[in-house]
Amino acid sequence: MPRRTDIHSVLIIGAGPIIIGQACEFDYSVTQACKALREEGYRIVLVNSNPATIMTDPEFADRTYIEPITPECVEKIIVREVEEMKRMGAKGKLVLLPTLGGQTALNTAMALTKRGTLEKYGVEMIGAKADAIERGEDRQIFKDLMLSIGLDVPISGTAHNLDEARAVAEKIGRLPLIIRPAYTLGGTGGGIAYNRDEFEVMAKRGIELSPVSEILVEESLLGWKEYEMEVMRDKADNCVIICSIENFDPMGVHTGDSITVAPIQTLTDKEYQIMRDASFAVIRAVGVETGGSNIQFGVSPDNGRMVIIEMNPRVSRSSALASKATGFPIAKIAAKLAVGYLLDEIKNDITRETPASFEPTIDYVVTKIPRFAFEKFPQADPTLNTQMKSVGEAMAIGRTFKESLQKCLRSLEIGRSGLGGDGKPWRIGADVYEDRGQPLPRELITQKLSSPNAERIFFIRHAMRAGFSVEEIFNLTKIDRWFLVQIKEIVDFEEELAAVKN
Amino acid sequence: MMNAILALEDGSVYRGPGFGAKAEACGEVCFNTSMTGYQEILTDPSYKGQIVTMTYPLIGNYGINPEDIESWQPHVAGFVIRELSPVVSNWRARQSLAEYLEKNGIPGIQGIDTRALTKKLRVRGALKSFISTKDISDEEAIARAKNWPGLIGVDYVKEVTHKKPFLWDEKDEQSGQFELARGANKNTPLKTLPAADIPIVAFDYGMKYNILRRLRQHGFKVQVVPATATAEEALKFKPAGIFLSNGPGDPSALVYAVQTASDLVKSGIPIFGICLGHQILGQAFGGKTFKLKFGHRGGNQPVKDLVSGRVEITSQNHGFAVDPASLPTDVIVDRINLNDQTVEGMRHKKKPIFCVQYHPEASPGPHDSTPLFAEFRELIKKS
Repeated sequence: MPRRTDIHSVLIIGAGPIIIGQACEFDYSVTQACKALREEGYRIVLVNSNPATIMTDPEFADRTYIEPITPECVEKIIVREVEEMKRMGAKGKLVLLPTLGGQTALNTAMALTKRGTLEKYGVEMIGAKADAIERGEDRQIFKDLMLSIGLDVPISGTAHNLDEARAVAEKIGRLPLIIRPAYTLGGTGGGIAYNRDEFEVMAKRGIELSPVSEILVEESLLGWKEYEMEVMRDKADNCVIICSIENFDPMGVHTGDSITVAPIQTLTDKEYQIMRDASFAVIRAVGVETGGSNIQFGVSPDNGRMVIIEMNPRVSRSSALASKATGFPIAKIAAKLAVGYLLDEIKNDITRETPASFEPTIDYVVTKIPRFAFEKFPQADPTLNTQMKSVGEAMAIGRTFKESLQKCLRSLEIGRSGLGGDGKPWRIGADVYEDRGQPLPRELITQKLSSPNAERIFFIRHAMRAGFSVEEIFNLTKIDRWFLVQIKEIVDFEEELAAVKN
Repeated sequence: MMNAILALEDGSVYRGPGFGAKAEACGEVCFNTSMTGYQEILTDPSYKGQIVTMTYPLIGNYGINPEDIESWQPHVAGFVIRELSPVVSNWRARQSLAEYLEKNGIPGIQGIDTRALTKKLRVRGALKSFISTKDISDEEAIARAKNWPGLIGVDYVKEVTHKKPFLWDEKDEQSGQFELARGANKNTPLKTLPAADIPIVAFDYGMKYNILRRLRQHGFKVQVVPATATAEEALKFKPAGIFLSNGPGDPSALVYAVQTASDLVKSGIPIFGICLGHQILGQAFGGKTFKLKFGHRGGNQPVKDLVSGRVEITSQNHGFAVDPASLPTDVIVDRINLNDQTVEGMRHKKKPIFCVQYHPEASPGPHDSTPLFAEFRELIKKS
């Protein structure tokens, strides 16, 4: 199937200012898309409010608007461009590609749909249609959809009184439980109950606080293993997995703030293939027609139960990582798929001979570690949770996990050569500890391991030096023993090296 | 720790820590690009006579479990990896990879540069080699590799085929699909098996369990016969169709199997062949097979269905291929490999026969080709 000939101009929305949670990865993806589509002879109209981006360099688009990314403003641009195309005597139409500029672009495109702007001016959305975006983004619609196609999700139920709440808790059958009151401002009155008493108190308070006297009780996946799949789909419904990712940090930490590793390390092929099948089922059910999606899974470390957490019907931060990790240019190919190409019609950039309809297989390990800047935000709570707090990331490739981890820690540019053993002192709060001196206090280590934070990876070393066993560290962190034993090998080798020096 | 050696016929020698059994073996060294599924690969009878190296460097992470075996024992001659996991981490694991290989008498070597080895194999093609975890000099090890007669013309099928016919899983205890625990959605429609209403005969050239499971899951009642069974013997079971399995080694060494297949082709019965079964059918049609330089082994081979235009990501394990130029005009090539354009599927224009060069049963590998089993069912129903 050749590229579409009914398109004249493609409107691409950028991601706006660089903020925490939305950084230069979308400059990368939009720039790639502009190049790929211009190469195909389409006229590119770009909107982005941030002039300090590569994409706004004049050579990437035929017309660049450095304007606020608001529905009102983009509507004005559409009006202008439709007129401009008329004046040019353009044969084809104007289309909107919303899936490369992150959440900002997606939200703006959705707003334009809801206002009726796109319909009014006959602007078609390519890549993902509005209803697909809605199915992917709305939590309840998505959850119901997953159940309807036979996939598993966290168990939950609504309650209007304590008896109902107890019944839901009974159905879930284990603690902790998440309580979310309906329609309270910012979710006030919600929380996680770790025991029966806490549950009773929270459920009662939640029902009282909710204007409709309703709470959602949901099973907590804290401590479960977290995985991600990067999927691509073309118009002929060919689907491929570009990259599988295993999170070092278990569920509870935003994947952008998690240390992540590609490919998946601790799943058997049977389990991996179930996840692969589920990924395709999700992208098809949500209805992302072409391009990439990121799908997140939680897996119980005790019995392998696999639940769908969420999906991003667009190019995401993980896509940038997956592209660099595998050499498969997701953004560029997503753009080509959006204008009608099929995966087997696009050449693989690495081999230049074989087509893009393949699944990259790698003979190395990729580690990504987020970079934080809490020193610049003294008021911010440095505990990691489901809201992204990192300002960037480093990525490293190695033939072993140990090699990639050490290279990655060094690349963070926080002055460390790796996990430790480089002779530089450790500053923890107001205290300073020697690198290879007495082990750090056990209480401090226990505290730093029990809740996720930016330095936790280093505290695993401190803990091992202080004599904590892998099992003890696992119980505090729920980080998979496979990762912990790998770190143990690095720490043991540090001792071996030190012994030789002495 | 044991010291291990891998010596190749070209004189190169790799030394590294040994694992598994204290043993030695000759074999053809080949590489597999799957990132998961080492347990299935070890127990696939198609690997008889081969020393397998995994291109993915970290192996053994999830250990060995009772569900993922694909036959009664591992068949590889030796196993070559970059780094053996010091720990096993998966809720299904019952033992470590090293323990498993030790129990089954298979030598392993780790810590060598498997990337350099793979690059060599890509240029030189699969090489005769020798692996040992015993004390042996470089010279002697190289000599052992050189003196090994190799795979060409050798019949390994006779070594891995079941010697007697048997009916697969009469009580329906082993054919259910692997499923994970469920929470919010307890629906597991895949676990219940349909009625086994179509009797077929499956020729076992070195068959994996998952083929039998998949056939049963699609409503076939499967009578397995040894590779050496004749067409007459097979047809005595009054099957509605014939399945030709995968298997090890050089397809041109299997004169008896090709004879049986030509007799079956003549009989007009519906036939579905995979991997070695596809190569045997190719010869039965009057075509020829040839040895690929370094073969297709892995779970990411793109195959294009030339009729529908769709692309499947397939699981493959073969060192030989059918030469399309040698095929008669009533056989069409309907699937090709997008990496090297080699034949991946054939279909007879007049008879109800089709075959694929890859593994629709996966295990390990993607499930994209599972519909081929349903296609076989349709084909039988139509004829």
